[in-house]
Amino acid sequence: MTITNPTRDSITMLRRNLRHMQRYPSLTLMLLGQPILFLLLFVYVFGGTLGDGLGGAAVDGSTGREAYLGFVTPTILVITITGAILGTAISVAMDMTEGIMARFRTMAISKASVLTGHVVGTVIQTAIGLVVVLAIAVLVGFRPAAGAAEWLAIAGLLLLATVGLTWTAVALGLKAKSVETASNTPMIFTLLPFLGSGFVPNDSLPAWLRWFAEYQPFTPIIETLRGLLLGTSVADSWLLAVGWCLVLTVGGYVWSKSLFRQERVR
Amino acid sequence: MNAISARGLRKSYGDTVVLDGIDLDVRQGSVFALLGPNGAGKTTVVNILSTLIAPDAGTASVAGSSLADDPDGIRRAIGVTGQFSAVDNLLTGAENLMLMADLHHLPREVGRARTSELLARFDLTDAAAKVPSTYSGGMQRKLDLAMTLVGEPRVIFLDEPTTGLDPSSRRTMWQIIRGLVAGGVTIFLTTQYLEEADELADRIALLDHGRIIAEGTPDELKRQVPGGHVTLTFADDAGLQQAAGRLESSLADDEALTLQVPTDGSVASLRALLDRLDGVSVDGIAMHAPDLDDVFFSLVGTHTEEAEAVR
Repeated sequence: MTITNPTRDSITMLRRNLRHMQRYPSLTLMLLGQPILFLLLFVYVFGGTLGDGLGGAAVDGSTGREAYLGFVTPTILVITITGAILGTAISVAMDMTEGIMARFRTMAISKASVLTGHVVGTVIQTAIGLVVVLAIAVLVGFRPAAGAAEWLAIAGLLLLATVGLTWTAVALGLKAKSVETASNTPMIFTLLPFLGSGFVPNDSLPAWLRWFAEYQPFTPIIETLRGLLLGTSVADSWLLAVGWCLVLTVGGYVWSKSLFRQERVR
Repeated sequence: MNAISARGLRKSYGDTVVLDGIDLDVRQGSVFALLGPNGAGKTTVVNILSTLIAPDAGTASVAGSSLADDPDGIRRAIGVTGQFSAVDNLLTGAENLMLMADLHHLPREVGRARTSELLARFDLTDAAAKVPSTYSGGMQRKLDLAMTLVGEPRVIFLDEPTTGLDPSSRRTMWQIIRGLVAGGVTIFLTTQYLEEADELADRIALLDHGRIIAEGTPDELKRQVPGGHVTLTFADDAGLQQAAGRLESSLADDEALTLQVPTDGSVASLRALLDRLDGVSVDGIAMHAPDLDDVFFSLVGTHTEEAEAVR
């Protein structure tokens, strides 16, 4: 007799998603290419000017391009995650429009495995992407000041942020009535770092925007990463960063689960 | 023993009543066809019995498990091939079958063996390494059915398995279905083709506007409608006139020397008819049962008129 086995089914679904990524790498490569392009664009095109304008936000009194590379690398890491989850929303929405989902629903498998397969797949994909992006940043001159403990904290926070954003993207993918919608709604997450301390210091924003920038999820996450990478204080931001990640994770998971339970018959 | 049994299934979407109280019994090891035009509610019945959607009212059990209490028990016993392709279009044919094997928790070697066995059985071995989008319609349907069979289901739901297939693929599909029945599984089939139901099914239910308007073996159904008759052939006009005199509702053809007598096709009515012809010299006798087309149009037609009369 077959027994419902969530872990085993999730691994099967994960293998299915990894095979999709491997067979059709164009989406994955495009989503990974975007943060790399952003990094090079912001460092080499805008970096000289923006770096000089950082003022007190720059570390070690560095200026220009070098200062901006340190400032923007944490943001680019976060943008790597927001790019990857766009792919998650698209694949989830595609799955929902495919007949195979009806088949899965008539089988004695763990229903959550369909979604956890996507989440774990994205986490693996994003982890690879983050390593590549960080390596390129180092290649173009980024010199992180983090020690072993900081690196551990950086990895933990990035993982937490990835899981939270991925579950949210899964919900957006389920919510979308079409694949087109699913490829648009998560764009908001790529935009949010711009409306915060992602690319310029918060102090430089107009007062009304500064209030929003202060409390939106990406500012504390980016600030914490920045602090850990550059060796500055994270006392003000880490709690809010972790809190936001947990909110995204729990919220996204609960929302996804309720959306997935709703009857869907073509 | 019934493999499927349902009582009073109802389902509405908003104001639209899709199923208006469905009772069904499907004997184990038999083929049951649910026949009806588009929009009759066939797919909704399959979706409910295969645990995809919940009925608004009514109870059902499939393969000994109750729909309300143990849907996973049902899922373990059934296989479903829907009207729409349920394959993973980004995986190859073989990978699709292996995916099913993994989800059924079969050991790797068993999964691999079953995959190649099914590929060979459905003539898909050459296409095993290709993705389904390169397949013909018939091949896609075969892969779909092969995926359903990986878990060796005891009850198989086939929702319009041959809709959209060319005649030769349809014949192939029929052969496959007959092969499955020979293996002892129960098949619940929906179709809009009378010929298909007649060819494959042990019992047929006619579904129209969410209600079952007739149910029985193909022959029973054919007997239910007017149009069945016995044709008597006579050697001479005298015999014809003599018989016509004894049988009031008969229709004589003086030229061909034949007499048409309406009948419900039962042995009893035939015996009564022959009793009344005692002493008359009859050359030949032929039975004409109406085909399923007669049944379908006669029953669906009556029903529509009734519905209109009510309105």
